[in-house]
Amino acid sequence: MKVLVATKRVIDYTVRIRVKSDETGVETSNIKMSMNPFDEIAVEEAVKLKEQGKVTEIVAISIGDKTCQETLRVALAMGADRAILIETTENIQPLAAAKILQNLVKRETPQLVLLGKQAIDSDHNQTGQMLAGLLNWAQGTFVSKIELKDTIVDVTREIDGGLQMLSLQLPAVITTDLRLNQPRYLSLPNIMQAKRKPIEIIPLDTLLLDTTSRLHILKITPPEKRHTGIKVANVKELIDKLKKEAQVIT
Amino acid sequence: MSILIIAEHDNQALKPCNWHTLTAAQQLTGDIDILVIGYQCEAVITSAQKLKKIRQVFVADAKAYEHQLPENTAQLIADLAKNYQYVLMAATTFGKNILPRTAALLESAIVTDITKIISTDTFLRPIYAGNAFATVQNKESIQFLTIRSTAFKAETASSTSLAPIKIIDTIILNILSKFINQILTISTRPELTNARIVISGGRGLKNAENFKIIEELADLLGGAVGASRAAVDAGFAPNDYQVGQTGKVVAPDLYIAIGISGAIQHLAGMKDSKIIVAINNDPDAPIFEIADYGLVEDLFTATSELLAELKK
Repeated sequence: MKVLVATKRVIDYTVRIRVKSDETGVETSNIKMSMNPFDEIAVEEAVKLKEQGKVTEIVAISIGDKTCQETLRVALAMGADRAILIETTENIQPLAAAKILQNLVKRETPQLVLLGKQAIDSDHNQTGQMLAGLLNWAQGTFVSKIELKDTIVDVTREIDGGLQMLSLQLPAVITTDLRLNQPRYLSLPNIMQAKRKPIEIIPLDTLLLDTTSRLHILKITPPEKRHTGIKVANVKELIDKLKKEAQVIT
Repeated sequence: MSILIIAEHDNQALKPCNWHTLTAAQQLTGDIDILVIGYQCEAVITSAQKLKKIRQVFVADAKAYEHQLPENTAQLIADLAKNYQYVLMAATTFGKNILPRTAALLESAIVTDITKIISTDTFLRPIYAGNAFATVQNKESIQFLTIRSTAFKAETASSTSLAPIKIIDTIILNILSKFINQILTISTRPELTNARIVISGGRGLKNAENFKIIEELADLLGGAVGASRAAVDAGFAPNDYQVGQTGKVVAPDLYIAIGISGAIQHLAGMKDSKIIVAINNDPDAPIFEIADYGLVEDLFTATSELLAELKK
């Protein structure tokens, strides 16, 4: 069984982002970039499924400029067999990303597409669902457990208030949540080996898709600053403040 | 111009998030209809009829819609959506699961997790886990929107007359996915994202046994229990208690953080709370930078004293 894994290059999750003063975006120059953590979980799961003998080939995908090759090298070092970069300098929004992935699904005919539930930069949480809709495939979103069988895949979803178990017909799209697994550390031999694995580069415009932005980002602004409050000396003073000043308890 | 809200419910009752979505809908221009998709959900339909300023309640009640899975409900919504300028759902795991798929079926973009409606086509939404905000203009002919409940007040007032019902008898079968089971955390406490008071515990609690003092305090104050990711990862609390970038976003009137240092990821989930109290023995913990009232003390001493004082 072939699996496609979509990976996005984002600002590393440990970086404290800074909004540009002209409100056009956030600072990205000289900032550490990494694979979206939720996508890393998706790659890890694909590799685990391959190690279990349930998956035969893993194809990692990324959409973006040349630097996304670094992200794909990480996926290859984790255990993906080959990679495809859809090269573009355009800003690709979720619907466009879903169309690109749909195109690659037609070409590669995988039984399963794995991707993170959301990217930690734009926080849309849309692409997987949109892809499943465009393909008319089953979808399992926010998944924390996967059991892959011959014609179906059983998933556990993290929903508000608890867990939901579904059985999905293959082929299916699964978006991964935090508790699915713990991505592995990259070993030096694997990093070296990944350098020899192929990355196919396809210019976006050769796919002839309408990937224009439908959402216009008018500005990016910092959140409202919260003022720092006061320190109270003891519990009695705290209760007094909460009752009389803040009036949030009685 | 008209607005369609997709109701969130469990076939028994409407979820409180609908009241917040309704407030957002009222800030847009147009008549508001609501669609109830489910199975044997009479009580839900009646509650939907009583919601304020609802023109019409659409009902798709069939066995095929019992678990409201996206594979068929997204298509059902898409068919109805063509008659509307706006289609709204709450930005819950339910809304996030269904509405992007619906939008894609109509080759449309969607704006998710809206915290403010700026104009008829322009919205504010958090990005980078709330460390920045994007002002987004959506020019699509149907505006698909998901609404962050904590950013809009609840419209709980009910209408004196019942809105009329229109039955949708189209049945779209779901042959792609099957519901197996659901395990919901049963709690007598208010739901975390709607609670007026939230008490959260962090790694400072040291173990699951100690975490019970957080629950005791929450019960005493009639609040919900939250936890930092560190506490969840360490196994002190279940995952659905998690507040933060990767968990739930809350904005209660009172948020008490006990033994939580205040990692960016946690702050992203609670910094819109009205009053924040932090109890931590480390005076340099970043949580104090955003706390209205900070108490530097051993959390076990402070919490015990707090419990004793509040019981008086």
